[in-house]
Amino acid sequence: MKDKKVIWERKPLIKNKLLRIGLILLISTYLLSVFLTTEIDWQRILEGIPRGKNFIFAFFPPDFITRSDEILAGIFESLWMTIVATIVGIIISIPVSLGAAKNIAPKFVYFFSRGIITLSRSFQEVILAIFFVKLMGFGPFAGMVTLSFSTIGFFAKLLSEDIEEISKSQAEAIKSTGSNWFQWINYGVQPQVMPRFIGLSLYRLDINFRESAVIGIVGGGGIGSTLNTAFDRYEFEIAAAVLIVIISIVMIVEYTSSHLRKLIK
Amino acid sequence: MPIIKQKDYKTWKKFDRKRDLLNWLCWFLGTLIFSLCFGLISSNTIWFYVFDSHNEALDLLGRMIPPETNYFYTLIKPIWDTLNIATIGTTIGTLIAIPLAFLSANNTTPSKKFIRPLALFCIVSSRSINSVIWALLLVAVVGPGVLAGIIAIGLRSIGFCGKLLYEAIEEIDENQIEAIEATGANKAQIMTFGIVPQILPAFTSISIYRWDINIREATVVGLVGAGGIGIELDAQIGDLAWAKVSVILLTIVVAVVFSEWITAKIRKAII
Repeated sequence: MKDKKVIWERKPLIKNKLLRIGLILLISTYLLSVFLTTEIDWQRILEGIPRGKNFIFAFFPPDFITRSDEILAGIFESLWMTIVATIVGIIISIPVSLGAAKNIAPKFVYFFSRGIITLSRSFQEVILAIFFVKLMGFGPFAGMVTLSFSTIGFFAKLLSEDIEEISKSQAEAIKSTGSNWFQWINYGVQPQVMPRFIGLSLYRLDINFRESAVIGIVGGGGIGSTLNTAFDRYEFEIAAAVLIVIISIVMIVEYTSSHLRKLIK
Repeated sequence: MPIIKQKDYKTWKKFDRKRDLLNWLCWFLGTLIFSLCFGLISSNTIWFYVFDSHNEALDLLGRMIPPETNYFYTLIKPIWDTLNIATIGTTIGTLIAIPLAFLSANNTTPSKKFIRPLALFCIVSSRSINSVIWALLLVAVVGPGVLAGIIAIGLRSIGFCGKLLYEAIEEIDENQIEAIEATGANKAQIMTFGIVPQILPAFTSISIYRWDINIREATVVGLVGAGGIGIELDAQIGDLAWAKVSVILLTIVVAVVFSEWITAKIRKAII
């Protein structure tokens, strides 16, 4: 026995050998088919590289001063939009998330609410914004409606998952006191999901601000319109300034929201 | 939770007086901010169009229904492109996110003062610029097409995956690393045998989650010319061919529901 070495080997990730090889084959055929069906124009890319260099150099130095009024107005408009949209979206998504929780809602309400969530989650904010801008005209109101609508899908989905995981005994304790439905929700369910609720609201505030930068491109108002105007006028120094402002505000918002979330926990 | 005595009977209240006042103040301030903000929005809105929107919506629906079903066959290639943009983009994004996450996690970063803030800055700037804006920039550099979309989605995914991954790295169990260290393992071995097995489940679920999001994002990068179904959407909206637009929207819904179903399946199989 002594001359036999015992060597330890790492366990493979997938135990079944057939499955492992099959997966590798599947992935490689997929990659090959992607490679064959995607037209990549290398000529254009080679041409594009110096153009891209010029393009990137056109961003420097960022120009904060020339159109500082417009940038400030855009930022503030984005902020109002974000705040209002987050609040409206959350208020609407509370009943939706109650409806989408299996342990609270009857079957038909459940499917109805899930339908709303799927609809709102399927479309990107930009696609929604195109339609809302068409319906309601240019400006921050259409942007606000877009953001509220997409807040519903995100918020109601995550909140309803949390509601489904509440401790049943607490809810039952409230029910056994003879409470009506609203009291039951208010005292039995709401305190259990509150930490998550606040965390999600702050998170969504953060996302909405970021999205407000894009929906402006299709006419939804806010800092996105300022950015789009800067691009359309070929004023790349100003576009760079706008991008830097967006990044720094997002950084501040993210830092404070994660700090607040830790504080609440 | 105080019990308040009033003459001869007791009542239970959820909060005491101080907390009640504080709650009231918060609600008051919240309502104030909300109404101020809404006032500012409404002053920048042309209300005539908003009040007219239901007519507009009915008109639009009338044009969108019935959808032009034959058009679906021309959508097969764009939807395949969209799928590829999402998949390849996610792969590239996660591959770049891994080293960034290791550089920015508190417990694995080589230097807390210099490299960590730099890596964090990369993560945050990738997260704060939307994929549409990335696509807008990239279309100018590499030209319109699928490649711009793939790179845009990839760049956007770096931040998301990097952030979640470095949080996962920061939460690993230090004891396991110490055990590996005690065997005399070098840094690379600690990485492969101590850290990687611990974050692998998080890594898989993050990348699957991001893939699901990217299917959605890949539908819009085409609006600025970066390939996929968005190009068709943009073209048909431009043509005011609403019966075709509704086919595209239906296809997007089906694709998104399908991707959600797949991710749920994979997640169940793994976890």
